[in-house]
Amino acid sequence: MLAVPKRTHIHPLERRILLKHADDPQYDVSIDCYLRHGGYAELRKAAAMPPEQIVQEVADSELRGRGGAGFPAGMKWKFLDRKSGKPVYLICNADESEPGTFKDRQLIHKDPHQLIEGMMITAFAIRAKLAFIYIREEMPLGARILEAAIAEARRHNLVGDDILGTGFACDIVVHRGAAAYICGEETGLIESLEGKRAYPRIKPPYFPAAIGLYQCPTIVNNVETLCNVKHIVALGGKEFSRIGTPGNTGTRIWCLSGQVRNPGYFELEGGRHTYGDLIYRMGGGLREGRALQAVIPGGTSAKVWRAGERFTGKLRNGDPFNWGIEDVPLDFDGPMAAGSMSGSGAVIVIDDSADIVEVLANINAFYAHESCGQCTPCREGSLWMRKITSRMVGGAARPEDADLLAAIGDQIAGRTICAHGEACAWPTQSFVAKFRDKFTAKAGEDPERARSRSLRLV
Amino acid sequence: MSEQQHNDTVTVFIDGQPAVVPAGCNVVDAAALAGREIPHYCYHPKLSVSGNCRMCLVEVGTPGRDRSTGEPLRDEDGGVQILWIPKPVIACATAVVEGMHVRTDSEAVRSCREGVMEFLLVNHPLDCPICDQAGECRLQEYATDYGRGYSRFIEQKNVKPKRTRLGPRVILDDERCILCSRCVRFCEEIAKDPVLGFTDRGSYTTLTAFPGRELDNNYSLNTVDICPVGALTSTDFRFRMRVWFLKETPSIDTESSVGCNTLVASREGRIYRITPRRNDAVNDTWMPDSGRVLYKQVDADNRIAACAIDGRPAGPDAAVAEAARLLRAGRAAIIGSGRLSVEEQYLLRRIRDALGAGTPARLVARHGEGDGLLLSADRNPNTRGALLTGLINALPSAELADLRAAIEAGEVDTLLAAGEDPAAAGIPCELLKRVKLVYLGSHHDECTQHAAVELPLLTVFEKAGTFVNQQFRVQKFAQAAPGPAGTLPGLQLFTRLLQALNPDAAVAPSPDAVWDAMAREAPEFAGMRFADIPPEGALVSGARFAGLPFVEGPGLHFEPAGKREAR
Repeated sequence: MLAVPKRTHIHPLERRILLKHADDPQYDVSIDCYLRHGGYAELRKAAAMPPEQIVQEVADSELRGRGGAGFPAGMKWKFLDRKSGKPVYLICNADESEPGTFKDRQLIHKDPHQLIEGMMITAFAIRAKLAFIYIREEMPLGARILEAAIAEARRHNLVGDDILGTGFACDIVVHRGAAAYICGEETGLIESLEGKRAYPRIKPPYFPAAIGLYQCPTIVNNVETLCNVKHIVALGGKEFSRIGTPGNTGTRIWCLSGQVRNPGYFELEGGRHTYGDLIYRMGGGLREGRALQAVIPGGTSAKVWRAGERFTGKLRNGDPFNWGIEDVPLDFDGPMAAGSMSGSGAVIVIDDSADIVEVLANINAFYAHESCGQCTPCREGSLWMRKITSRMVGGAARPEDADLLAAIGDQIAGRTICAHGEACAWPTQSFVAKFRDKFTAKAGEDPERARSRSLRLV
Repeated sequence: MSEQQHNDTVTVFIDGQPAVVPAGCNVVDAAALAGREIPHYCYHPKLSVSGNCRMCLVEVGTPGRDRSTGEPLRDEDGGVQILWIPKPVIACATAVVEGMHVRTDSEAVRSCREGVMEFLLVNHPLDCPICDQAGECRLQEYATDYGRGYSRFIEQKNVKPKRTRLGPRVILDDERCILCSRCVRFCEEIAKDPVLGFTDRGSYTTLTAFPGRELDNNYSLNTVDICPVGALTSTDFRFRMRVWFLKETPSIDTESSVGCNTLVASREGRIYRITPRRNDAVNDTWMPDSGRVLYKQVDADNRIAACAIDGRPAGPDAAVAEAARLLRAGRAAIIGSGRLSVEEQYLLRRIRDALGAGTPARLVARHGEGDGLLLSADRNPNTRGALLTGLINALPSAELADLRAAIEAGEVDTLLAAGEDPAAAGIPCELLKRVKLVYLGSHHDECTQHAAVELPLLTVFEKAGTFVNQQFRVQKFAQAAPGPAGTLPGLQLFTRLLQALNPDAAVAPSPDAVWDAMAREAPEFAGMRFADIPPEGALVSGARFAGLPFVEGPGLHFEPAGKREAR
């Protein structure tokens, strides 16, 4: 079991709210330590508030989901079906599986009580009957840490029956997954939690806020989103919304990886820094003698940017923008204006030593492996794209393969049950669109040389 | 935009054409009602919606309304502006709403269909030349109608288990499977035997039975019917005949009083398979496996194919005359059958009347355990026909105890058994030797050796007629194959015997003529004509028999009337 080491160097540009104590060498995961640092004061405060007020604070904070979709959390909670009389469930999505993302594991392994407090405040707000943490199978230590923390919290009447004497009862169940990326999709997660194959449900009608776990209204939120709830209650929604920038409030933990000198995670205020800040100032820039080739701005599902690209257009408020990669703000709206998305906040840097077709082949292998297989376009298309890029990497590329890949991607996106269709189509579509010359050049590559590099794929 | 016609219909626009459809139905069914096909694989009207094949993607829009005034938004021509949903949606999971617009033939929809077809074919084996489904395969049909027409796939196709035994009657070819999950849903929802499931993931997903189990329930062959491709095939039908040579004749399953509607597939007088026929009031689209093998009786070795007098072959005229002579010679008793058609039972009743109103007539009961679905506890398909025609007025018993007693007491000289073996009905062969047996039967059995006259009876596949099922529904069946050479066609066997016994009681040997006669006599059949009975059958009143202790329990589309004693 991998331990999660504490990061010794914290960059001055970071504003650490969620990770305030996580990398403190003196800080441990026990409830005593958490209480010493003022923990669970917000839960006490929330337990005395009317549930509607907690929901309103979260809505006022403009907190957007941190799992990848960026859907406003307060709006999701307001969509909960209260009329049916069915019990309400809360699920924390701890199935962090988007390649390049490693932020939730920091929160789970280093400050579990923050998550538990955030979940219990949410449980109060939505009057949940029971809460679940669905944690990916590859984090067994995290599961143990969470279960121990919940047991401690239960002993302190912060979780379980009659919380803080209010009469409200809600327990937290830690449920381990079994190593499938599609269990990060909220309805796939719900199916898996119910004990079935993780086949995402068709939406409509199966929006979890209406019909979710056990066909009851369910809120599914990401780990980081739920941790933020505690701080929203502490500051108040309006005050929280002053952190960051409008539409991108609060802080986000950005995960920088790839061919930079200083990969790692950085908690930054929304919209106050750029990709250039992240890659060059915090990440230490590229390795000696290397030039930038590509940046994947938000986890491998996000559309790729080619070094030297410029993005132009008008922002929501009408102001024109003209950005290079380095200028794109680190928030939700910036990457979207630049034709991609911030996704889970995972930034992957690729320098000119990498064969971009191999990068795509690796990504395609992941999505083909993880496709649940329920619907035709993603099931067959993801594997077909993987077979094509594997063949190209193995030395048998043809000039028409670039067009074929793009066409297959177009046939998948928008036609599937869940967003995995877009997730497997966007990389191919964007890599071919931005790096077409590399793909067509592959056809002229010497097959012997290509085969000798023997890239091992999933 | 028109107002709703009634409470339960809405008006939708399929490719610009208005259509009035039931409220709440899905767009696939709505388009079908409007005469447009929306291709689909995984959707089935009798199963839950899974929405995973993505073949039925269509463009859907609703008329725009101004948010503040509620007035319809207008476009330049003054027509109502339609707000189209930006992504295509699956028609099977979209319920119609008033004023909905659907495009089934736009550029986007055609592109979706080409895409799905291409994806389904990339890993699909090129088995058409050896695949049973050819000719009735949706992959073939939609590839022709909606596919791109050429392949761009040059990689290696996935390899999965081929021609494996999924169960005693079903063979599975995993490579052909398009993972529509119809069979999985059927076994879970209809057969209530969730034995099938998927293993592995992504494009390597494989259909299989749960470890240690087989697909062996009595509805397993329905999965073969609903499988859109040749992944699930019938072991019995495998490689026997190409479906485009087969003629399909509507018929009725004679296995029990459910009366499942069937299609009998034959070529040049030989039957190859039986499949269910849709009837939303009786059997939906299903039938039990045990009813499908009944066609094998047509070619059985012990088929009675010719008339015989005292065991020696005879012509039909002589045999009928001899039978009539024997019946008139002394006191007669009749054993009828719940497997005879309504027309045959009526003619048998006329024969009984010709012999004297006091002539006893009995049916032989055949009981089994009802399965709560499509196999009822009454294993005779037409007990109610015998009641309605007046052949019997009480429910039959399995053992003909009183008839046996009568024979033992010497009160019976001639026994007419039509469609039933007296020896199997509790009258031992020793006892049969004391009477003259006139046997109308389709197969030789224990009693035949003692028969004074043998007259061949046609099986249900070789004649036309009607049965009355447990719902008191009159259902027609048509002739699929000619009877063996030497048999009298249609109802001639009965009409000739009747005429020989009573020349004044002549009835033409067609179901039409028999129904004209019956309509005058039985109150429930008043005003009915054989030709007018619709394909889905016609309900008649069972009120006259409401007090009888029918044995059937609840089943699909059937609730026994009134309270029954606990058995």
